[in-house]
Amino acid sequence: MSELHQLTITQARAALDAGETTALELTEAFLARIAHTEPQVQAFLHLTAEQARAQAQAADAQRGSATSPLHGIPLAIKDVICTKDVPTTCASRILEGFVPPYNATVIERLERSGAVLLGKLNCDEFAMGSSTENSAYQITRNPWDLERVPGGSSGGSAAAVAAMQAPATLGTDTGGSVRQPAALCGISALKPTYGRVSRYGLIAFASSLDQIGPLAWSVADLALLLQVIAGHDPRDGTSAPEPVPDYTAALTGDVRGLKIGIPQEYFIEGTEPGVATAVQRAFAVLQAQGAELVEISLPHTKHAIPAYYVIAPAEASANLARYDGVRYGVRQPGESLWEQIERTRGELFGAEVRRRIMIGTYVLSAGYYDAYYRRAQKVRTLLKRDFTQAFAEVDLIATPTSPTIAFKVGQKADDPLAMYLSDVFTVTANMAGIPGLAVPCGFSEGLPVGLQLLGRPFAEAMLLRAGDAYQRATDWHTHRPTL
Amino acid sequence: MHMSDEELEHMRVQLSAILDYVALLQKLDVEGVEPTAQITGQTTVTRADHVEAALPREAALRNAPDQRDGMFRVRAVFDD
Repeated sequence: MSELHQLTITQARAALDAGETTALELTEAFLARIAHTEPQVQAFLHLTAEQARAQAQAADAQRGSATSPLHGIPLAIKDVICTKDVPTTCASRILEGFVPPYNATVIERLERSGAVLLGKLNCDEFAMGSSTENSAYQITRNPWDLERVPGGSSGGSAAAVAAMQAPATLGTDTGGSVRQPAALCGISALKPTYGRVSRYGLIAFASSLDQIGPLAWSVADLALLLQVIAGHDPRDGTSAPEPVPDYTAALTGDVRGLKIGIPQEYFIEGTEPGVATAVQRAFAVLQAQGAELVEISLPHTKHAIPAYYVIAPAEASANLARYDGVRYGVRQPGESLWEQIERTRGELFGAEVRRRIMIGTYVLSAGYYDAYYRRAQKVRTLLKRDFTQAFAEVDLIATPTSPTIAFKVGQKADDPLAMYLSDVFTVTANMAGIPGLAVPCGFSEGLPVGLQLLGRPFAEAMLLRAGDAYQRATDWHTHRPTL
Repeated sequence: MHMSDEELEHMRVQLSAILDYVALLQKLDVEGVEPTAQITGQTTVTRADHVEAALPREAALRNAPDQRDGMFRVRAVFDD
């Protein structure tokens, strides 16, 4: 058997069920791995070692009577998801010391399934960014090359898996924030259909786009995680009532006859040749497995990023109005209430958060609302229509996940526009509300490249089936960085 | 949000560049296209109109920077 920290969830489950290890042993292995690698990787904002040991011991005590595949499995969570009595900061100074009085629905579901919580993971402040450099606390490093970013905004969630600090994590994806870091860190991740997973207890960034999604080595593991976190939640009015299918049962390994669309608009100037080559090879693998490749067009693709950077900041400016230092979070001193609020928001929000609040309030202001916000919402309709038309012809769409491999720390830190373009292939899924899966498909210059598969609304089962079939034919998801 | 003059100038340049970029949207013909706010097509989701257990007051106040007598405490909202 591999060392415990190298195991996937599926492997760890088998080892637990065979009595070869215990939940406590697994938990100790990951805690030891975190202690060993964290000085370089810096993925965690908060460790819950004692709670993890207690949960693992409880899981071991219930052994035999447990039914969930996640029972006794250690996991870690992006720090934008509320965890009762465990600090939750959104990687922002404004929420330093904030301790949620309740659990997010996904945390309740994980705890009910017997999963073990290792800690909370770094990200871009309020999930705004594509490199995790916007964290107010620390720079998370890419385990494949410590000079490079892990991507973002769920950079801690991706780096923790790649560094084998946890077998899987939860992140959130508003414009690519689980898929892009998964691609840059050589792991797999799923952004479910909008509404598939409850957002209750997820601290809101852009409410019409946000989704919680799992990150892990293999697609089979993503299916196990989605099974537990998906489903209707009366506490989230936007959560979907559609029934949740058996995702693991959908992993038949068979893609014969599936029509996979290749959109010409996703092979643009700016996509690195090494990325394009790896992705083209992945298409060929799927074709060799019996899928049919079809060239398609998604004509409004180039308008997705500009429309996203109107809609997401607009929603963010409204959502972040609550941080005034009155009911929770940190308060800066001032002579008057207004001075307190101005200083609290001016000094404790980072630059990117303030940029987006200003863009958001600008595009929502009376004179610009129609020209920017309303127009962007109409473009959103056109983007949705692009996909509806494409999915009348094909079952899935395949693209690169990110136009580039992981870039150097600092390279795009003060160039917001260059950073925004990191999400050029991923924002469309959020705008259209459809599910997106990222799987590792090779290396360029020694760094991981990700394939992205997009599916119809609520077609996660088909998406996972195709991703799993690809992983049965390739071994990219088994490569581990030396660290 | 309070910002220094220097930072305002830096932001002005960056925000102008971003707004120039999103101006690409102005070139698209959206005549007759309905705007989308809710992508999965849900409309006005309601819940049953009955009282449910809420967060206890102590829990709701636990993260307050300043509190008194079970309330959030702030500086005076109005002058005199």
